[in-house]
Amino acid sequence: MPDKKIRVLIAKPGLDGHDRGAKVIARALRDAGMEVIYTGLRQTPEMIASAAIQEDVDVIGLSILSGAHNTICTRLMELLRAKGMTDVTVLIGGIIPEADIAGLKKSGIAEIFLPGTTTQAIVDFIRERVAVT
Amino acid sequence: MADKKAPTARSLSAGVSLREVSPAERSWEEKTLEPTLKKSPDRNSDFTTVSSYPIRRLYTQADLAGWNPDRDLGAPGAPPYTRGIHATMYRDRLWTMRQFAGFGSADDTNRRFRYLLSQGQTGLSVAFDLPTLMGYDSDHPLAEGEVGRCGVAISSLADMEALFDQIPLADVTTSMTINSPAAPIWAMYLAVAEKQGADWQKISGTLQNDILKEYIAQKEYIYPPEPSMRMVTDTIEFGAKHTPKFNPISISGYHIREAGSTAIQELAFTLRDGIEYVDHCLRRGMGVDDFAPRLSFFFNAHNDFFEEIAKYRAARRIWYRVMRERFGATNPRSWALRFHTQTAGCSLTAQQPYNNVVRTAVQALAAVLGGTQSLHTNSLDEAWALPTEAAATIALRTQQIIAHESGVTNTADPLGGSYFVETLTNEVERGAWDYIERIDALGGMVAAIERGFPQREIADAAYRYQVAVDQKQKIVVGVNDYVIDGKPIETLKIDGTVGDRQSDRLRKLRADRSNAEVERRLNSLRHAAAGTENLMPHLIEAVKAYATLGEICSALRQPFGVYQEVAIT
Repeated sequence: MPDKKIRVLIAKPGLDGHDRGAKVIARALRDAGMEVIYTGLRQTPEMIASAAIQEDVDVIGLSILSGAHNTICTRLMELLRAKGMTDVTVLIGGIIPEADIAGLKKSGIAEIFLPGTTTQAIVDFIRERVAVT
Repeated sequence: MADKKAPTARSLSAGVSLREVSPAERSWEEKTLEPTLKKSPDRNSDFTTVSSYPIRRLYTQADLAGWNPDRDLGAPGAPPYTRGIHATMYRDRLWTMRQFAGFGSADDTNRRFRYLLSQGQTGLSVAFDLPTLMGYDSDHPLAEGEVGRCGVAISSLADMEALFDQIPLADVTTSMTINSPAAPIWAMYLAVAEKQGADWQKISGTLQNDILKEYIAQKEYIYPPEPSMRMVTDTIEFGAKHTPKFNPISISGYHIREAGSTAIQELAFTLRDGIEYVDHCLRRGMGVDDFAPRLSFFFNAHNDFFEEIAKYRAARRIWYRVMRERFGATNPRSWALRFHTQTAGCSLTAQQPYNNVVRTAVQALAAVLGGTQSLHTNSLDEAWALPTEAAATIALRTQQIIAHESGVTNTADPLGGSYFVETLTNEVERGAWDYIERIDALGGMVAAIERGFPQREIADAAYRYQVAVDQKQKIVVGVNDYVIDGKPIETLKIDGTVGDRQSDRLRKLRADRSNAEVERRLNSLRHAAAGTENLMPHLIEAVKAYATLGEICSALRQPFGVYQEVAIT
């Protein structure tokens, strides 16, 4: 089904309100022909998981700059597993120390995009990943 | 690159149409420029600032037709303040070197403060953690994982007392970056000052307290605009009476710029926010000259050196006109725009972090040449984490080198009269006036925010910039060019036990205080909030009984309601 659009949920978890990155990515993915749902600010892992189910998305993109990524992602991945959403691709964009990357990937995060990543690199990653799964 | 619909482009073409070239310049164009361009053409078709504002090949007298140096430039310390707000600028006194700091618990940050003061820093600046910024106590479920990470956790007067332990508030000036819960946090600061025996009439510092830019850019809001503006007005009114040396607000463009705005948008939205606060104070019945001298501003220092300098100079000239013509202020202290500057966090790169020292130095130099009153320089590691002590020291040293070694402080406004700087100042000013008039036409800034106008303008500019970087129309050294594989640097690790320690402290606090007294004072606050009286005295009473920040903010949620934004993507 070549005309089926990839569906992406862009979420901004935690208390941080710096949404420049989330909005730029949302627009870039939309310009690349994807269906993008932006959750808005201050989403709990519970809210993100239920939005992902409701919107039946292929990808969840989390924007996290606050240092709260380990707490948030552990909880979100547990919830997704509990709800049987094991085929959804979860990505993080933001400020993640190198030391935390391996642990996050082990918990099921597909990729972590650090500052300086081009929007095209993210578009390419999603297209490749969703085509495979 | 420039959007033809943007007011910047309109202003520019208006400026160009006035340009009448002298015979000498015409002759230079024919005899020198044209042969040069034939032999070696410009490396780009367009040259633009980091804001994508077009810059011409050369600026000459012809660009300043109609410009009157007596009227438009003036002298330092005199209207229209283009050249700075002090007659002698930095010959008299250097700017305040004010490094924003805060992490972990109040004890952790108290140690960093005392270190920075021992290293020659001249003012304090408190960074609060996200739960505090959002009005939650450290033990609130939403605070999990965020306590002490982006700043210091302050949940009650007990934490505030620890934060300033052995730091005499009578002698230091303190800036506090807090917005939605600014009034209760300020109440805690005033209570600590009182306990230390410092006279409120003499203490000085700055409360950020700028809620409008939170709706526009940084998004740390709790309540809807109307009650939020009432609390801001309460603090300005209270300050005018009780703390005449304290700046009750710092009207901030910094966060607007970090959210991706252009320099002109940063300037315009900030000054229009300032107009909105003045309008609210006047409606409260205050006289403009009773509070306007204590309004302060806060701008970003981004990479584009001359655009930033033009922005600061234009800011002073616009505010002078606003205060004098729009509001009829007669006190010269009301006319003079005083501002703090911070170098651009969003310009720091995670790649090759030592390059950030150079970026920060260039930005800081622009702030100084633009006449800033105080300055924060970012640390090289801040694209990764809060700064280590070593990185924070280099950032402070950067300011000291500019102050003591570069020589730029020897004379006021060294760039005054430069064809380019004066022209750019004029153009940035014109672009900002265009926006201010558009927002006036929308019914003011609160109305504009409710329609998403500034938010949309900023999101568009941020996206245009990202596209320009992705397409390498804009080069970011170490990111989209000159890339190498670097080794990660050492960064500050926040002690993971801060959240638990804070929860223990709060448990003990709630056990030791009189909970009946707390409840009584919170009720009186709720009651006052439902009416129209100034909330500051009630907040001070509540914090003195050790009501927590979370309890106070929650008590106000009932009469005030909460704000939900319409997200614009």
